[in-house]
Amino acid sequence: LTLSCHILAGFQAGLRFQSTGPQASARAATAALKESLGGFSFELTDQQKEFQEVARKFAREEIVPAAPSYDKSGEYPFPLIKRAWELGLMNGHIPEDCGGMGLGIFDACLITEELAFGCTGVQTAIEANSLGQMPVIIAGNDAQKKKYLGRMTEEPLMCAYCVTEPGAGSDVAGIKTRAVKKGDEYVVNGQKMWITNGGKANWYFLLARTDPDPKCSASKAFTGFIVEADTPGVQPGRKELNMGQRCSDTRGITFEDVRIPKENVLIGEGAGFKIAMGAFDKTRPPVAAGATGLAQRALEEATKYALERKTFGKFIAEHQAVSFLLAEMAMKVELARMAYQRAAWEVDQGRRNTYYASIAKAYAGDIANQCATDAVQIFGGNGFNSEYPVEKLMRDAKIYQIYEGTAQIQRLIISREHLGKFKQ
Amino acid sequence: CFAPFLCLRPPQIRVKPDRTGVVTDGVKHSMNPFCEIAVEEAVKLKEKKLVKEVVAVSCGPQQVQETIRTALAMGADRGIHVEVSGKDYETLGPLQVSKIFAALAKKEQADLIILGKQAIDDDCNQTGQMTAALLDWPQGTFASEVTLEADKLKVVREIDGGLETIKIKLPAVVTADLRLNTPRYATLPNIMKAKKKKIVNVKPADLGVDVSSRLEVLKVDEPPQRQSGVKVETVHDLVEKLKEAGRI
Repeated sequence: LTLSCHILAGFQAGLRFQSTGPQASARAATAALKESLGGFSFELTDQQKEFQEVARKFAREEIVPAAPSYDKSGEYPFPLIKRAWELGLMNGHIPEDCGGMGLGIFDACLITEELAFGCTGVQTAIEANSLGQMPVIIAGNDAQKKKYLGRMTEEPLMCAYCVTEPGAGSDVAGIKTRAVKKGDEYVVNGQKMWITNGGKANWYFLLARTDPDPKCSASKAFTGFIVEADTPGVQPGRKELNMGQRCSDTRGITFEDVRIPKENVLIGEGAGFKIAMGAFDKTRPPVAAGATGLAQRALEEATKYALERKTFGKFIAEHQAVSFLLAEMAMKVELARMAYQRAAWEVDQGRRNTYYASIAKAYAGDIANQCATDAVQIFGGNGFNSEYPVEKLMRDAKIYQIYEGTAQIQRLIISREHLGKFKQ
Repeated sequence: CFAPFLCLRPPQIRVKPDRTGVVTDGVKHSMNPFCEIAVEEAVKLKEKKLVKEVVAVSCGPQQVQETIRTALAMGADRGIHVEVSGKDYETLGPLQVSKIFAALAKKEQADLIILGKQAIDDDCNQTGQMTAALLDWPQGTFASEVTLEADKLKVVREIDGGLETIKIKLPAVVTADLRLNTPRYATLPNIMKAKKKKIVNVKPADLGVDVSSRLEVLKVDEPPQRQSGVKVETVHDLVEKLKEAGRI
């Protein structure tokens, strides 16, 4: 029996304490001050704050407790991924006409940092979706977008970015996987390695060499394809046992006479290199955000411990050696955050953000490792032990200096961009 | 209202130097957990198609709009923000809020009012009961289960002795207890959709309610510092010490 009635759900707003200091009084900025500040702002929109809230709540209430057991078992955290998908925390970049939310990179970064705080293994599994989708988002035609992005919003599917090979990581132009045109298809043969979500993906973005001439320039020799994972000849290898982010699924994949219809070529033959690289400008800021999330976790765990553990008659936080360590960790976390926010903001403004994206990724990857190590140090002997959460952070942090462009490659990019600007 | 919201780290609550209350600068407002449960119950009833519309109401300053928007993102249809700010907000208590809710219930012709059993800042546990009294409606407080049966509401209440089941006629007031449900997350798509839902601003005066308080806070003190204990050697010593302290 349906009842036609109104419900008044009355509620009160309580107060939640944050660790940040007073700010209410600063709200009344004079007109003159506002003028000098110009358009620059560190303020999040209400919607961004709400998104961040949901991600934070999910990470702290559901990812944090489950992470240690996923780390031990290496099991793919599908229940957590499914939950994140249900909450709309995944696939944010998918355009609205494909059923997505069409979020900018900044919003995605806010969410990524919060999830990474919970567990970077889970966050990487989720982030790999964005990486795999990005070439389709930036270079796919309408049919390809509707088909491959659309299905991601209908059910919690994974995808993967298949570029790295056993013999070529940083040197993308050195990849050897061959795609040969035969009629209306391309036949692909080769070996890929370290593919995140390799064993769980529904489809891959694949980069393969279509022009065999060694003198052909990188900008014309490669082609980007979308490959359905169940295509005959696609053989994922075993799940690799890595140092950290253990629950993330990383595999080698063999392509043996895999036939790809020409409809699955992105843009056209020879356009692949630019697409693969173009995706990075949009995916490096979120990776930097992930590293920042890990560093933030390290800082919080270390701070909490330092306020509980006593030595020589006082809390270890009251010893300057420790408080200085915490201060430096805090400096690094704040700066890494600002760096990824700038990089994300730049690309959302429609500008080329390569310089900022590389700075953010390089810096965040480095400080994530430093903060994780320092957190273990602050925990002392306990930090070395697997019953405490920080040794996992050290193991998880290392990959941030390697994947998505090594720390060395980032420096190459930054120096090139910097010198380029300087010469102008 | 001032109170700690329990997060991963224990919050540092400080009493203001003039001892009129607790420091609230730099403190984030968020929805009272029992009220989250109330919103969830309302949305559930709507999903079961047992009610037509869910209206989320809150009284307070500008920041309260964020909380209303969370309710909208959870599934409420529209919001009403009763503006109370500054000094009025500091002295706003259950009696004034109940008067506001009673006035709104009449205006909106509501059939059911659901709220949290108490706010975790003042722990008053009065608003629901007072609202029902002002409206002369039946009340089902500390609800751990609510079922609609024709034009009556079956409410299972958590009481000290166990569980009590009552049937009350609509219109009624229900206050939500902890085990009524588990509030859903606001999903990101719902947060975006909530932006299109309306929040109307109303002043207490528009409802004919006087929010001046008849209570005056004389002082607020921190609880006494925990004293260090004393170790004793034997059970006999323990009994002696307890007798000395007048405890037994």
